[in-house]
Amino acid sequence: MTASEIRALFAVAGRPEVVSLAGGMPPPDSLPLDLLSDIAARLVLTDAAASLQYGSAQGDVLLRESVVEVAAESGVHTHPGDVVVTTGSQQALDLLARILVDPGDAVLVESPTYVGALGVFRSYEAVVRHVATDADGMSPEGLRAAVAEERAVGRRVKLVYVVPNHQNPSGATMSSPRRDALVEAAAAAGVLVVEDDPYSLLGFDGGPIASLHRRDPGGVVHLGSFSKILAPGLRVGYAIAPPALRDKLVLAAEAAVLCPSAFAQRVVAAYLTEHPWREHVKGLRVMYRERCDAMTDALARHLPDARWLAPRGGFFVWARLPDGLDASALLPRAIQARVAFVPGSAFYAGDQGGDHARLSFCLPPPADVAEGVRRLAGVVTAERELRSAAGR
Amino acid sequence: MTVVGTHAMSEQVFDAVVRTPVVVLAGGFSSEREVSLRSAEGVAAVLADTGCGVQVIDAEPDVLGQLQRLDAGVVWPTLHGAAGEDGSLAEVLRLLGVPVVGTGPDGCRLSWDKSVAAALAAGWGIAVPPAITVTADLFRDLGAHRLVESAVVRLGLPLAVKPKRGGSGFGVHVVHRVDDVAQALMSALGHDSAARLERMVSGREVTVTAVETEEGPRACPPVEIEPVAGDYDFSARYTAGAIEFHVPARVDAATAGRLEHGALTVHRNLGLGALSRSDWIVDTAGTPWFLEVNTSPGMTPTSTTPMGLAALAPLPEVVSSLVTRARPLT
Repeated sequence: MTASEIRALFAVAGRPEVVSLAGGMPPPDSLPLDLLSDIAARLVLTDAAASLQYGSAQGDVLLRESVVEVAAESGVHTHPGDVVVTTGSQQALDLLARILVDPGDAVLVESPTYVGALGVFRSYEAVVRHVATDADGMSPEGLRAAVAEERAVGRRVKLVYVVPNHQNPSGATMSSPRRDALVEAAAAAGVLVVEDDPYSLLGFDGGPIASLHRRDPGGVVHLGSFSKILAPGLRVGYAIAPPALRDKLVLAAEAAVLCPSAFAQRVVAAYLTEHPWREHVKGLRVMYRERCDAMTDALARHLPDARWLAPRGGFFVWARLPDGLDASALLPRAIQARVAFVPGSAFYAGDQGGDHARLSFCLPPPADVAEGVRRLAGVVTAERELRSAAGR
Repeated sequence: MTVVGTHAMSEQVFDAVVRTPVVVLAGGFSSEREVSLRSAEGVAAVLADTGCGVQVIDAEPDVLGQLQRLDAGVVWPTLHGAAGEDGSLAEVLRLLGVPVVGTGPDGCRLSWDKSVAAALAAGWGIAVPPAITVTADLFRDLGAHRLVESAVVRLGLPLAVKPKRGGSGFGVHVVHRVDDVAQALMSALGHDSAARLERMVSGREVTVTAVETEEGPRACPPVEIEPVAGDYDFSARYTAGAIEFHVPARVDAATAGRLEHGALTVHRNLGLGALSRSDWIVDTAGTPWFLEVNTSPGMTPTSTTPMGLAALAPLPEVVSSLVTRARPLT
């Protein structure tokens, strides 16, 4: 299937008849609506001069102070001066690419990697290279080899991009020794690490492993987001960057949008300072764990031949389909069966990943998650029968 | 209210249109949902230009209840794909008894199935490419090897392999090698429970829109589709600049006449309503080969039906006339 055909099919995925295991979004009923409503009303009535006015390109200082607290929970030690607030962490990634990447430069990513990052790197005409990745994260040896090979053909390697916690799409979490080794390998090669970390506070057991940034604050840019732990519609994220890069980020942000939304920043800042947000996040962890269990139980029951890594947090199960089935080819039949997922090929710059599907458990309630997997299993069975008839 | 584009409209028609709130029904559950939403935008924009009250709504599973809650003077369905074109929606609209710009359930059902429409057209003396229809069950029971071998012996290569029901080019493949036929069949069967293997006829791709008028159905000038590169697949259909359109088609007058006659024959004999678009290949001898007919043709900026209609008369005039002529489905 072509990318445009897949996009057209996803137009159906949001229909109420469809169990969507496609989108990586929090369920609307999990958002603290009453609190946000109160805060928003109060800001308009009493704080309009700041909340509804232009602000600093680096971001509201009240929010940056709160970000320091949130980042500490993710194992990042920083101070407000190093924080740059952005319109979602996606904008931070875009600004970094704008600053660092020239057409033809190499960018190293995990295998598979976040589809939104691929979109950013492609838009700056980077050569995206996947580095060998296992259940412990990106291979440092693979990183060293990739850097050497890219330089041997005359390409500059501008950055290495990783999602170390509950990765999108694989669900894998990079181990602590691997973090040490990866940061060391990147530093030795003189390559900046971009650590994209929207999921670290959504682990099901135990706290987050100390961030890559903490291991090398001068060589790692840490990206954080309030999309998963508060509300994606606020579009508030941040970058914690070494000073020289931070200054360039602020200039680039100013050129792009003048400043991030002052109102959204004030909403987030008020929420974080006035309410027990850690309790809210704790509730989210319980909710997502229940949904994840529903998915892995249903996979074990209905698709025992599929292979997946049981996630320890986050939103996603990365399932390898049985018999090397092509997930893109399954999608039209899946939509007819009223279930949607994202074909694995979306998470690669090349033509890999076709035999995988990213299954999101975050949005539908547990019973619907299980039903979605059951429907998917029916689709897989039908496709296997056809393949068998085709002698494939 | 500012009214634009009503220059060619009679006062009587204009008054009727302005008074009639039209509900453009779009989206729904179909792989062609996105295309349908764009078609609805296209229809609504022209209707708004005429000063007509217009509301675009996304068809919900309970579309009957949804329409009952609305005070629609006329319903213009632009749903593409199964629910919109297989007769299901037409049954609902018939039950509702509201005036509709569209085709009744029987016409939809006959047109929706490419193999049924082709067989009927052949019976009316229209040239139809030789084809076989393969259900998923048949594919499984016979096995691909024997089936493909027999099909290629009978039909030759290249083949057009397509879902028996469906549109917008989803699951359609042009196959030049016997080894690729099974894969193309599997892809087509991913979109429908049956697939059609059709001998590929080389020539110009042409569509003809038939439109109901006061004097009965009229054929619009044929529109020729020339892909800039590759095939007329889903991407090409809905990507501006990927196709070069020729209005009218680059065919001689006699061929254009045969196309228009063929389109009207299909439209009349299948009992189709307000609009239909039939798709043809004109071979080097000038023979039009019928491929399929659509009862809810695309109305997007890159669709051929608005181009054909605009070649017949100013688009606002045609659209207004269709609204004023809308009747409950029978």
